[in-house]
Amino acid sequence: MTVLAPPAEAASRPSPPRDVFLPGDSRRQSPFASLRRRLRWPLGVYTTPVLILIVWEILAQAGVLKPTYAPAPTDIVSTTVELWRDGVLGPDLAISLQRAAIGLGIGLAVGIVTGVLGGFLRTGEYVFNGVAQILNTVPLLAVLPLFVVWFGIDELTKVLLIAFGAGVPMYLNLFAAIRGVDQRLIEMARTTGAGSWRVVTRVLVPGALPGFLVGLRFSLAYSILGLVAAETVNADEGLGFLITQAQTYLQTNKVFVGLVIYSILGLLADQVVRTLERVLLRWRPSYEAV
Amino acid sequence: MTVATDATPRTQTGVLVAQVIRRFGDRTVLDHLDLTIDDDELVVLLGPSGCGKSTLLRLLAGLDKPDGGRLEVPANRAIVFQGDRLLPWQRVLRNVTLGLHRPDADERARKALAEVNLAGRERAWPKQLSGGEAQRVALARALVSEPELVLLDEPFAALDAITRLRMHDLVHELRRKHHASMLLVTHDVDEAIALADRIVVMSDGRIGNTHTVQLSPADREASVAREQLRAALLADLGLASQH
Repeated sequence: MTVLAPPAEAASRPSPPRDVFLPGDSRRQSPFASLRRRLRWPLGVYTTPVLILIVWEILAQAGVLKPTYAPAPTDIVSTTVELWRDGVLGPDLAISLQRAAIGLGIGLAVGIVTGVLGGFLRTGEYVFNGVAQILNTVPLLAVLPLFVVWFGIDELTKVLLIAFGAGVPMYLNLFAAIRGVDQRLIEMARTTGAGSWRVVTRVLVPGALPGFLVGLRFSLAYSILGLVAAETVNADEGLGFLITQAQTYLQTNKVFVGLVIYSILGLLADQVVRTLERVLLRWRPSYEAV
Repeated sequence: MTVATDATPRTQTGVLVAQVIRRFGDRTVLDHLDLTIDDDELVVLLGPSGCGKSTLLRLLAGLDKPDGGRLEVPANRAIVFQGDRLLPWQRVLRNVTLGLHRPDADERARKALAEVNLAGRERAWPKQLSGGEAQRVALARALVSEPELVLLDEPFAALDAITRLRMHDLVHELRRKHHASMLLVTHDVDEAIALADRIVVMSDGRIGNTHTVQLSPADREASVAREQLRAALLADLGLASQH
């Protein structure tokens, strides 16, 4: 009997805390737990936006939110469908996308060419870096009036504003990415007998790729910002025109249609970069949050 | 008056280092250093950290230029650095073929990987390898071009003791298959004894004492001669009083 009883002094003194680790799936594998896990974030990152939409809809239906203040999401959807049927939205969206594509194309082309020259050549750095740093500090919206004076109020100003927004971050990120490639890897590649072409294609380009994708992300975001800014100034067609016109007549639902389309463009741009990152940076095991 | 700048080689094989000087600011790291390495010879360059071992190795690799003197090395040479220096964005096979331009590059790389006991790991990413495996890939990358000179800059210093012993066995094995001059830089006395044909101790920017090692593989592990050599090397390094 005395053998089974714990020693008196051990019982009185609390033992130091200890951790016990067991295989992860051995604990709490009840059907309830697995159901809860599946319900926790059913739509991934889009769970929160969807929840906001549902709350918004309920509040609008209940009359808490006035239609002129924030129309119900279903109202925005039906307005979108209506505008599309009336043949207003289609051409406006097309002209906006065209502006974005041309501006982005010019901006990325200039940003990539100058970024590569600046990254690889000392001369290129001297030619482009100062200008890019100065341009980077100039806000996109502040140059808009100047662009209007210089290039008029036609398409050219809009396209160039988008190109400006896309080109500067691409240059800066690409330059930094190329200069940031590990010098020891370049040195190693040279000693193996790899020629300049191999060093560029197998070391510098893949090494600069993560930074390039960061630049692309900024370029896409800024080009959409440029699109919005450009289209609110003296446009007679395009999404910005749709919004400005709706604002004039206090058609809040149409303003929201424009905003929703801008945000969808932004989401699409983000998805494009995410996909590129997943495919191009397979070698990089990244941190996965719990 | 003739200045010693003629570019024609004086020797045909091995390594020749004559009166080489290398300065960083006012600090003279290599002070009229002389060294020769024969064909197929493995020389271990032993010395404490910061004595100029790696500086000499970088000169031999052609990564830096000397401030005086003359170096002659085979054009076909390879380096194994202290870190593995693998390209993280290329699979193991493509890391090995980095410097190869011939059509059978992949096949040769597979063979080189098999020689370092990494057959079947060709498709792995460098981040998936252990430290010892990554360093073996670096060895394969150096040997795949059949170099006449292999320069090893503390290649096993970052590995654990067990892996390091395995790597020593691997070096012995590779020397039976590949015939190349080798220069291994290390601060590890036991590693020097395990691998060297000749051990040269660096001090004050020059080659100090030289020890030719003619021990059998078993004697390199445990013998009276080994202990005598070890004591001599420690004395050269200024550590004799501690033993």
